[in-house]
Amino acid sequence: MKQTATTKTSYHIPVGPIHPALKEPVFFEFEIEGERIVDVDVKLGHVHRGIEWASRKRNPIQILYLAERICGICSFCHPAAFTLAVETAADIQAPERAEYLRVIQGEIERITSHVLWAGVAAHEIGFDTVLFLTWQMREKLMDLTEYLCGNRVTKGIMTIGGIRRDITEDMIPKITDTLNYLKDNFEKLRKIFLDDKTIRMRSQGVGILTKENALKLCAVGPTTRASGVKKDVRVDTSYFAYGDLDIDFITPDVLTNEVNGDVYDRIIQRLLEVKQSIGLIEQCLDTMPSGDIVVEPKIPKLLNQLKKVNGEGVGRHEAPRGEVIHYVKFDGENESPYTWKVRAPTYNNILPWIPMLKGEQIADIPIIAASTDPCMSCTNRVAIADGSKKYEMQKEELHRLSIEKTRRLMK
Amino acid sequence: MTKDQELTPEKVVKYFIDEFKPKIKDIKIKERAAGSKKNKTPSIWMKIDNSAFKGAVKHLCDLQFPHLAIISGNDLGKTIELIYHFTLNYGNRLGEINLNISVELPKSKPKIETICDYIPGALITEREKQEFLGVKIIGIPDDRRLFLPDDIPKGIYPWRRDETGPEKLYKNLHEVKK
Repeated sequence: MKQTATTKTSYHIPVGPIHPALKEPVFFEFEIEGERIVDVDVKLGHVHRGIEWASRKRNPIQILYLAERICGICSFCHPAAFTLAVETAADIQAPERAEYLRVIQGEIERITSHVLWAGVAAHEIGFDTVLFLTWQMREKLMDLTEYLCGNRVTKGIMTIGGIRRDITEDMIPKITDTLNYLKDNFEKLRKIFLDDKTIRMRSQGVGILTKENALKLCAVGPTTRASGVKKDVRVDTSYFAYGDLDIDFITPDVLTNEVNGDVYDRIIQRLLEVKQSIGLIEQCLDTMPSGDIVVEPKIPKLLNQLKKVNGEGVGRHEAPRGEVIHYVKFDGENESPYTWKVRAPTYNNILPWIPMLKGEQIADIPIIAASTDPCMSCTNRVAIADGSKKYEMQKEELHRLSIEKTRRLMK
Repeated sequence: MTKDQELTPEKVVKYFIDEFKPKIKDIKIKERAAGSKKNKTPSIWMKIDNSAFKGAVKHLCDLQFPHLAIISGNDLGKTIELIYHFTLNYGNRLGEINLNISVELPKSKPKIETICDYIPGALITEREKQEFLGVKIIGIPDDRRLFLPDDIPKGIYPWRRDETGPEKLYKNLHEVKK
């Protein structure tokens, strides 16, 4: 390439909308100087499907299944938050047993999501053997989900005023078997992530989010907790059966005695949370009261009751990626809610990307973007605009850059 | 940021009433119990006059830096209601307080001041309210569209229920001539 005289010192790299480290399309525009990222701009909305608007023509039971389809991984969290909001607005109290069953479902989903994330994070830095290990673990969890709910992905388990399927005595051995399998393999995973020199080199001191920034930018979930902010809806508030359980905040200093807020801390954070979730499921199985699982099994009767509700409610649940909050307002006339507002955790974790990415290298983009656990993608490409000449960088190329950086560090 | 173990919903309400008494109305403290032990989570709902809103957010930040979960919005016919969902006192086991501050804006002049200078994390949700509800956020650091694509005409707000709503853009496939 012929060198042209220029005074420009920085370049702009668009990444996305089909993106190196995301399932959902997001568009980043990076301003770079050499290898360093100077500034980042994020554009969203490529998969905005108007789901909240679609709810205007549906009744609350139908919305449960719409909510389930907001995100494939969080197919329990969204209906859960929606249910909480509706139950608050209509003053419905779910039976105690259902509250415990909901915790079990929520924690299985959390483990599945975190284990999936651990594999993808390893993949982003070129450690594909770990990807296969974690996804093998995840497969066991998917089998368990299928055993408990009848489905692997969209679970169809939540309902207003309870839960749709019970866990009977004869189902418990299968759950404990899976938990024991997880515990055995968790040790292996812990060793790989926490002791492997290469993973440490790629993740320590990279993508730092300070505690101050995490607070100011309203980050949620493991992303904010890895920066030392104690914020976890399960611990802070009493909903489902979480108020009854023995649960405490987890931040990375539990293990390492310090909080750096880097990618490494976010890895530790999620691994610790997997362990916590296993404990919570065991607690629920031990202390679960007997009784009904749903307060009103007749759906038309329930819908009729909801139709008369005039009020509003907020439902908050700690999803694997952080707090998910739904706001529902009923006007007392229509079957469908007047307003339904959904806020998924990634919504709040967009702005924290900016301080994380600033000052880092292009090869670190995948792992930093992935470290907040948004959703991961298959087909991606990056176009590099170099003055008047434009060329495109495929996902494979970006992935290769990331792997090369790992190999360089290993030498 | 201070963590106050003793902060109760009543104290928060009193803290606001002392400062903005005539401009606050419809104050409600709701509690909801859950689980076998029936531990409760408190929520405060209050309505604040638009003129006092920005001062109230500053007042809140002086008490304790809050977490802004989201701003939700309703088209109520003549007015647009924005509800700011804050949480306070997190980091204490079962100590969190939900604070929902609602502001009603007349449709003739749907303007409200930004709170990004106190809570920078509000930017995304403020941008969303601007494009979906047609509210003008005064002083917003970045007023570009966030979710809506560029080809949606200006002056269409998907969450409105009046003539500026999205009805014009519907394509009913059954009406398409073959």
